Amino acid sequence: MSKRTIIPFGPQHPVLPEPVHLDLVIEDERVVEAIPSIGYIHRGLEKLVEKREYTEMVYVIERVCGICSFGHGWGYCKSVEGNMEIVVPERAEYLRCIWHELSRIHSHLLWLGLLADGFGFESLFMHSWRIRESILDIFEKTTGGRVIFSVCKLGGVRKDISAEGLAEIAGILEGIKGELTELTEVFLEDYSVKNRLVGVGKLSYSDAVELCTVGPMARASGVVQDIRLDGHGAYGKLDFAPVTEEAGDCYARCKVRIREVFQSIAMITQAIAQIPEGDIAVPVKGMPQGEFVARMEQPRGEAYYYSIGNGSKFLQRMRVRTPTNMNIPAMVKTLQGCDLADVPMLILTIDPCISCTER
Amino acid sequence: MSYVTKSPWVIHYDGSSCNGCDIEVLACLTPMYDVERFGIINTGNPKHADIFLVTGSVNEQNIPVIKQIYEQMPRPKVVVAIGICATSGGIFKECYNIMGGVDTVIPVDVYVPGCAARPEAIIDGVVKGLGVLAEKRAKLPAEIAEEKRQASEDAFGAGAAAETSAPETSGPETSGPETSGKEED
Repeated sequence: MSKRTIIPFGPQHPVLPEPVHLDLVIEDERVVEAIPSIGYIHRGLEKLVEKREYTEMVYVIERVCGICSFGHGWGYCKSVEGNMEIVVPERAEYLRCIWHELSRIHSHLLWLGLLADGFGFESLFMHSWRIRESILDIFEKTTGGRVIFSVCKLGGVRKDISAEGLAEIAGILEGIKGELTELTEVFLEDYSVKNRLVGVGKLSYSDAVELCTVGPMARASGVVQDIRLDGHGAYGKLDFAPVTEEAGDCYARCKVRIREVFQSIAMITQAIAQIPEGDIAVPVKGMPQGEFVARMEQPRGEAYYYSIGNGSKFLQRMRVRTPTNMNIPAMVKTLQGCDLADVPMLILTIDPCISCTER
Repeated sequence: MSYVTKSPWVIHYDGSSCNGCDIEVLACLTPMYDVERFGIINTGNPKHADIFLVTGSVNEQNIPVIKQIYEQMPRPKVVVAIGICATSGGIFKECYNIMGGVDTVIPVDVYVPGCAARPEAIIDGVVKGLGVLAEKRAKLPAEIAEEKRQASEDAFGAGAAAETSAPETSGPETSGPETSGKEED
């Protein structure tokens, strides 16, 4: 029996740009146990509801995370709109859908780049991020911001996209499809990439259910779970089926995300074809009263927004539960018994967003 | 004394930012902006870095981490605070776990505002940082000589110091434990 050693991993580490700390207990080259500790970027923004009016709080909630910021803003709006029984115009719902799916494409491409960086394939990293820039250009053109847009507000959206603008978006997405297909071939067929991903970090169907995993992590283990299926926003009018894989390893998780990028492109194209004319926002009157829970399918999985109002302009309590929070137990589980060299892969394939987790 | 010019390498640490500025820092390195063509590399090792990019504000838990990275960087070094959170706390200023900008912990040379800071602004900030780096590099030999003199005064006792430099030092200057430790080695 060899001696156990503890290797501290993080908080400053080269795997992802965010601080997370893990104590890796290893025997030879094998990880026996991983003990995560978080709290490096806790801000306590939920408490800000006591100081910010419910209409201003959208800006704060958007900054839960800079990657899926639109989704967070939408989730908050959905929760308060449910609270106040506001009916959002249909065009606004479609626009929200388009921006949210664009965020998913940008988030998944970002992740694919980080994954490539994680296994040392630098040119693949650069290409993923190059394609991602064209999505950011769409954001900049339609909303004015690259990563944080503040375009979602209570009762609708702040900016409209003209018919020409929508046609241009469809054109850009059609254009990147070819490049994405090329990228997909490398991610899914390349010999050395497969060596790093296939069979690494297996999570069985029962484990995925038991550990309450969400999002692509769950779907890669065969769990059919997608909050978009409940038809909120314009999702009810779009035709799509959740992407699932059976294997539950890093390769399956990579495949799910790549297929979701193509799925999102198809959904945006559908939404652009169907989008009705009309208003983009309704005025918001009154104060939130009562409680409401809204669920969203973020790029990383199910997110949960709870709000309770007491009739004043400040909410009584706001709670956000983010997907990475739910996937950390599964990450710790897959880390047990893995090789030390695979640790970055396993941490990356849950697509961790620490600033979401700690808020 | 001349120094071989070296491409500036950067190290990035996320204080408690929302990720927005972090991905913009990375976006500077990728093909659209591509600062790597000028030899600027994002390194994970503080001992290789010249410029420290900090995003997000500080809290109790990450103060030691930021200090440690800063202390491990060799001189001359420049700190660039990226985004409004790193500058002052920004939108999270009133949160209970936010202690303010990065300058409450380590000296900051360049501030890049924005929420999130745009890659162009970050590149501008780093370029400004290069000027500061050149200035600090020019001053470095004199600083080192002064520190050595100070350390030897500390090591050989107050008597020797009083004999040679009584008029110029107004009192026993507190040099950090780091410098005196080095001298003993």
